[in-house]
Amino acid sequence: MFNDKESMKRDIILAGVGGQGILSIATVIGDAALNEGLYLKQAEVHGMSQRGGDVQSNLRLSSDPIYSDLIPKGGADIIISLEPMEALRYLPYLKPEGWIVTSSKPFVNIPNYPELEDVLSHIQALEHHVLVDVETLAKEAGAPAQAANMVLLGAAIPMLGIDHDKIIAGVRRIFARKGEAIVNSNVAAIEAGYNRSAKGL
Amino acid sequence: MKKLLLGDEAIAQGAIDAGLSGVYAYPGTPSTEITEYIQHSQLSTLNSQLSPIFCQWATNEKTAMEAALGMSYMGKRALVCMKHVGMNVCADAFMNAAITGVNGGLVVLAADDPSMHSSQNEQDSRFYAKFAMIPCLEPSNQQEAYDMMHYAFDLSEALKTPILMRVTTRMAHSRAVVELIDTPREQNTASAPENVQHFILLPAFARKNYAELVEAQADFVQTSEESLYNTYTKGTNPKKAILTTGIAYNYLMELKDESQQLKVDEASVLKVTQYPLPKALIDQMVADGAEEILVMEEGQPVVEELIRGMVPSSVAVKGRLTGDLPRMGELSPDCVREALGLDKLPTREPDELVAPRPPALCQGCGHRDMYTALNEVAAEHADARIFGDIGCYTLGALAPFNAIHACVEMGASITMAKGAADAGQHPAIAVIGDSTFTHSGMTGLLDCVNCKSNVVVLISDNLTTGMTGGQDSAGTGRLEAICEGLGVEPEHLHVVIPLPKHMEEIKQILREEIAYNGTSVIIARRECIQTLKRHLKAKK
Repeated sequence: MFNDKESMKRDIILAGVGGQGILSIATVIGDAALNEGLYLKQAEVHGMSQRGGDVQSNLRLSSDPIYSDLIPKGGADIIISLEPMEALRYLPYLKPEGWIVTSSKPFVNIPNYPELEDVLSHIQALEHHVLVDVETLAKEAGAPAQAANMVLLGAAIPMLGIDHDKIIAGVRRIFARKGEAIVNSNVAAIEAGYNRSAKGL
Repeated sequence: MKKLLLGDEAIAQGAIDAGLSGVYAYPGTPSTEITEYIQHSQLSTLNSQLSPIFCQWATNEKTAMEAALGMSYMGKRALVCMKHVGMNVCADAFMNAAITGVNGGLVVLAADDPSMHSSQNEQDSRFYAKFAMIPCLEPSNQQEAYDMMHYAFDLSEALKTPILMRVTTRMAHSRAVVELIDTPREQNTASAPENVQHFILLPAFARKNYAELVEAQADFVQTSEESLYNTYTKGTNPKKAILTTGIAYNYLMELKDESQQLKVDEASVLKVTQYPLPKALIDQMVADGAEEILVMEEGQPVVEELIRGMVPSSVAVKGRLTGDLPRMGELSPDCVREALGLDKLPTREPDELVAPRPPALCQGCGHRDMYTALNEVAAEHADARIFGDIGCYTLGALAPFNAIHACVEMGASITMAKGAADAGQHPAIAVIGDSTFTHSGMTGLLDCVNCKSNVVVLISDNLTTGMTGGQDSAGTGRLEAICEGLGVEPEHLHVVIPLPKHMEEIKQILREEIAYNGTSVIIARRECIQTLKRHLKAKK
């Protein structure tokens, strides 16, 4: 369903809690997209909200020029979230046929965090969802916990409209400075997420 | 060359490529990344042939604006950057720089924050340009931000006036690919102004300068009318017209494809990114038969008010004042869609499970221990009043601390505590960060000392400008000397380390200084844990 390569457009909301590292996911997707010759706009949150609050980034990719920095309500193709409740926060932005790809592990830094079971069941009730235990998968792949966001990115590859190999190439470019070992563990993390997601679909 | 840049970074790169000699700024969201980008660019060009660019942080926006005017005085190009409320701080220098005019190009960059993502108000800096009677630029996207910086310096040097460039959060903090010019322009060589009377604002000279500024207004309008950055496109149904400013244009263009259903694409469109308003283009729009003009602008209804006086009363002007667009907050694709009369996209309801997740002080932050001690001592009094200030520690207003009773603008903690003490309040306690203290707190402390005001000033010193990401703080290492120099009595000046193990000591000092009838300063000093982490990492 996502193979319309000639004319491609993906509106992605990246979500999480300040400090979780949603922007490194954006960096890899952005690098791969630019290498594909796609247009890109990426609105970020800086400043006060970064201090442990909810954060999001609007990442827009298209084969045609993009005007708005923001995605309209009902316009997002994918919500990629490092935190399950944060994934639900942006539900009004998701297209009816859109996908939620989210970590299943809650980040509880507020006293009134809802019951996790309820959060997960609300996600599972959506037709198009991928719930991933990113930290466990990272560990199983032999990658450090910091690579959990790459597991999540891997799980989102089938919906991205950018080929798996191009994303891997992006990761290799982005992490090249940090040495072969770091590159390989991040690639392993992406593959783990990708396999989990591709199998489930 | 193409580069993926934040709007702020595009502005910075644009200034560098336009032959900038100095950037002057105090950190403030959403403007901070401009100066940071120039600072980083200097590190990477240390050994190159390029002339260095001055880029050290200023103590506040007023010192920044004045230093930039000094650089311009010497014939070099200067950029001043600040968040919108910084314009209030530098307003004296800014307004009078319009009277002096410039020698080297001078661009003032104000980053507005509609919707108050990280601010206490959503004032619109375009008012300042109108107030000072100088041209204003409002780029609609990152590429224009880059291109227009070069244009801004050219314009400033051609018209001999400072130029205000106004951007908003959404463009400042959004990335896009920007095409850069191949060869950066050389910096100007230093040359003092030929006519120094322009820079001596004695009333007799100032009147002459002001008359020139008034006379130049027609030129400014004509420059706007001829600017490539203001474009008018007559629609197939020119009865309907849309005027966009800055990034509002993007929301219109985004909807153009699907807007055929309501024939929005037939409307005439006037895209404004340069002020004063291009009168001839507005006249043309009216001459083409506009009966209704929808004004789409980010921020306050500046243009909507202005054009009411420029078009016949038979033309209906619509926008934020008429309720066609929201009166407050930044524009969104959604509210623009509604204003254009397009059908809503099918959307889901918000999930009722989702709880708000407000920002909070970091775990392990020294401000936390400071507030813990302060709250316990304050609770020993029936009505302690704690006046807060601008920074991470403003979050002490929220649970679990609920500690502060006021927070208005940079430096107001000390002077409001003073005023409250003057009114009989006791204890009157000010909580202010180290960077905010040097920005605007020192003069207030001098007032307290001179009046022997009964206030306790708690400087929560984390050795950095924390909220904006850890920039250098102007008084680091010298706060005691500054306080003593201002006249704080040494026996009422204390330094404590905000850690749980020092809690009793901190509380005891607080109690004693609250009991002292005069001005006391307690400096609670511990490095910001975010910058600490960074420093430890850099050492490895």
